[in-house]
Amino acid sequence: MAESSARPGTGASASIMAHSIAFGGTLPVRPMIRPLAASPPSALEGRAREARTQTGMALEGDLAGLMAAAQRGDAASYRALLKACLPVVAGIARAQGVRGDAVDDVVQDTLMTVHHARASYDPTRPFLPWLRAITQRRAIDRLRRTARRPQEVYDPLAYEAEVDPTPAPNAGLEARERDAALARAVAALPDGQRQAVEHLGLRELSLDETAALTGRTKGALKVNLHRALKALRTNLMRGEE
Amino acid sequence: MDARHDRLVEELAGRLEPVRPLPRPAWRAALWLGAALLLGAALASRLAMIGLEGRGGTADIWLSACGAALTAVTAAYAAFATSVPGRSPRWALLPAPALALWVSGSGLGCLRMWFAASPPADDGHGLVSCFSFLVCVSIPLSLLMVAMLRRACPLRPNLTAALAGLAVAGAAAALLVPFHPHDASLSDILIHCVVVAGVIGLNALAGGRLLSRAAG
Repeated sequence: MAESSARPGTGASASIMAHSIAFGGTLPVRPMIRPLAASPPSALEGRAREARTQTGMALEGDLAGLMAAAQRGDAASYRALLKACLPVVAGIARAQGVRGDAVDDVVQDTLMTVHHARASYDPTRPFLPWLRAITQRRAIDRLRRTARRPQEVYDPLAYEAEVDPTPAPNAGLEARERDAALARAVAALPDGQRQAVEHLGLRELSLDETAALTGRTKGALKVNLHRALKALRTNLMRGEE
Repeated sequence: MDARHDRLVEELAGRLEPVRPLPRPAWRAALWLGAALLLGAALASRLAMIGLEGRGGTADIWLSACGAALTAVTAAYAAFATSVPGRSPRWALLPAPALALWVSGSGLGCLRMWFAASPPADDGHGLVSCFSFLVCVSIPLSLLMVAMLRRACPLRPNLTAALAGLAVAGAAAALLVPFHPHDASLSDILIHCVVVAGVIGLNALAGGRLLSRAAG
């Protein structure tokens, strides 16, 4: 078993890695968009296409040989086959619309399916269509699972810090009580401080206007306002306690 | 992420065991059809073949029987073909002409009996035996088909299971012809339709789930 399987597992694996690099995982990907107007291919393009075709056929033959050896139980060939399949599977998954980390999930799912279904591969048939069918199905399964999953962001801190823009049910009552307490505290102030608070703080008049109305100097109004605010703060905090 | 893939590759390569490639779909379908024929032979050795007595020359009976048998053959091949990755799902269309032949043959027989001068009276016993025959033949054939399909990798399990159900229903209907006591009447057609639809539906439901597990 080891002698028969060593043949495709040594030279073939090296050539496969070269093919994989050459194709960059895009060999089995069908073009999504065709050019609108197909221009006649130049000789250079024709040679390049011929070279790609020959390389693809060689890759196909190598992979089929490795898979046949893997069916016989050759672990080295199987390891080389799976590693060669990685970029191919990722390319097919991307062509199916899988993005980001999900590509790696599809690669993992596909490798598992390839392992379980390796008896269903017919060595007389090409390998890449078999692999492509499995990969496309696993990619579709992944896309369906992603689509079914509700797109929610789990952030408990943001949920707790969310501010309710609507007023609280007792907001009006509290505001009325606060206004009444403030009115009582202002009324309890001495006349000079009360006038300073009423004109400068509540009515938002200027110092000149307030001085003209009350007949006090601007310096006296500032001192009265400062003392009034200090007294109000003390009284209201005492009332809350 | 490459390390994750490398670990999986090493794990899969480490537990690799030799496997025998599955036979081609045609061989597997032939094997299943052979089992169906064996079942028919076993039934013929135990039951009286009263179905062909006196009405073997009726064209629509042979048309219906050939249609059912061809449906079984083509649907079995299509089921085994679609269970292999890389095979086109268009194989599911293969049984369509045979199915049309089967349905038209049954319909012709029903029309002939409708216009017959003295249509035979259906007795409940005949319908029950017909129903039980179809069910008893369908169950082992369905189990065998699902067991054989599970060895492959059906990537479209529901489609494959529905084709399997169609193959089973066709085989059961074809096997019923030699044992059917009288020509097809409207109630017979209805019973057959119900059983065929039930077999296909049950295969698609139960078989689809079993096959989806097999596909990993």
